[in-house]
Amino acid sequence: MNALVSIGLAHYLVVASILFVAGLITVATRRNAVAILMGVELILNAASLNFVAFSRFVHGGVTGQVFSLFIILLAAAEACIALAIVLSIFRNFKNVDVLNTTTLRE
Amino acid sequence: MRLSALHYIVIALLLLGVVLGVGVGRSPDFVPHITAATVVFFLLGGLAAGCALLVAFSRNILHSAFALMGTLAGVAGLYFMLGADFVGVVQLLVYVGGILVLILFAVLLTRDITDIKISNLSVSFIGGVPAGLLMLGILVRVLFGAPFKTTAVAAAAPTVGRIGDALLREYLLPFEVASVILLMALVGAMVIARRAVKEELGADETNPEANT
Repeated sequence: MNALVSIGLAHYLVVASILFVAGLITVATRRNAVAILMGVELILNAASLNFVAFSRFVHGGVTGQVFSLFIILLAAAEACIALAIVLSIFRNFKNVDVLNTTTLRE
Repeated sequence: MRLSALHYIVIALLLLGVVLGVGVGRSPDFVPHITAATVVFFLLGGLAAGCALLVAFSRNILHSAFALMGTLAGVAGLYFMLGADFVGVVQLLVYVGGILVLILFAVLLTRDITDIKISNLSVSFIGGVPAGLLMLGILVRVLFGAPFKTTAVAAAAPTVGRIGDALLREYLLPFEVASVILLMALVGAMVIARRAVKEELGADETNPEANT
């Protein structure tokens, strides 16, 4: 029985690649700081999905799942801090356009 | 050009099908063998990838935020398919229940969302999209060219006990560091948000004095 079309490692890696590229495009093209944060979450999810897929198909243990848990934890901390910064920026600049927050350059 | 979520999911399914067809179907002993797992995988993967494309290309940031929920739920479903039950539950709890709600709060607090023109500005898709597609091409080329040593897949078993063992034995130090990081993030976010509030209060207090 050919196991290639029953779902394998490559299938999950392709989904993770699409998630990663969508996150990359989001981060590269958006000007809204919150939207950029969403792109970062997409990229982190792609990495996390890769860890779990490799853990199942290559390694066989739970090591990849532990890494995935740490990624989720760091994403939570990062979102919390980043949104506090975004709210602070909004109070000072009255918008969250990342192209406007250039006062340090002037 | 207004595309709905369904359009994006269909586009993502086509993308998935083309990429997998080119990569996997090129093998000489290719025999289509569709099982229930295949169907569920393509539903979940299409949901995740389609909603990710919607996050990237939607003109309304609220639509982006809700599409992010679809992506996170789809990825959680893929975790369950991979036999990672604990990670899937944590994904649902932390991402969908926590981070997504935070992001929605930030969206609704920071921006007059009725004005879509300014709510989700993008710099230029002309540079970003070709670069992204190039990146996708490179990634797919590499992952179908790399010789991964896949092992036989064990039957799915509950992973909670094994993850708990791993966290308290091999990964004890990262576990403790992670808890310190969470504490620091909690305190840091409170400090950053609180200072601004105090300044506003101070301004409100000084204004009446200036008036009197």
